[in-house]
Amino acid sequence: MTADQFLTNVVFFLLAAVALVGAIFAVTLKNLVRSALGLILSFMAVAGIYFVLEAEFIAIVQVLIYVGAISILILFAIMLTRALMSGAESSNNSQWIGAAAIAALLFGALGAIVLGTNWHAAQNALKGDLIVKLGTELVTTYVLPFEAVSLLLLAALIGAFVIARE
Amino acid sequence: MIPLQYFLLLGAAMFCLGLYGALARRNAIAILIGIELMLNAVNINLVAFWRYIKPANPAFELAGQVFALFVITLAAAEAGIGLALVIAIYRSRDTVNVEDVNLMKW
Repeated sequence: MTADQFLTNVVFFLLAAVALVGAIFAVTLKNLVRSALGLILSFMAVAGIYFVLEAEFIAIVQVLIYVGAISILILFAIMLTRALMSGAESSNNSQWIGAAAIAALLFGALGAIVLGTNWHAAQNALKGDLIVKLGTELVTTYVLPFEAVSLLLLAALIGAFVIARE
Repeated sequence: MIPLQYFLLLGAAMFCLGLYGALARRNAIAILIGIELMLNAVNINLVAFWRYIKPANPAFELAGQVFALFVITLAAAEAGIGLALVIAIYRSRDTVNVEDVNLMKW
């Protein structure tokens, strides 16, 4: 293993640990503001994972949309509903043990499938300027889903405005 | 080179954490946080498969990244609508606890 590969491994494991710790905070902490901050930590670490995978554009989009927009939206919603739940009441419902069991079972099944499958995987050679290619493909090969998703986003934003209006 | 399996395991772990959050929490916003985690886990898988698996048709060599972009867009739409619904419910019923919003429960 060369020094470069070693560094990549160290960075990957650090980012994966941060992403998982942030996710654990996000789903277990009682105070929702802290839970949202854990979510932001997890999003940032996932952006780093995209950099490790050499998908720079997705990483930047992740920071812009998830960290910049969705997290702020969630924080605003928490503040607007004063739903901190810092009282004595539990933040979990009565079925949380079953939920934890189902999540653990699913992780076991997914892990067994991931480790038991022969993926024939090798890192593809990246050639050329992928961001230029991605932009071109979005308005040629994928132009129909691109337009559909833009229409959906517009409809969703108008719908959100109508629903949340007094 | 990091094996593909590590990324898939990370995605699986994040998905299961998000699933637990979506199933076990009382607060509607906490449930949305769980759903966002699940969408993120799926995106990790999509980008990892894009990087490691060669498509049979070279015209689709960027399909994984394009899929991830669409999922991010849908997550933004979902968060906008979901949080607007939460705020509307809070205005009319003064709660964001999903156990108290059972008007249509049989």
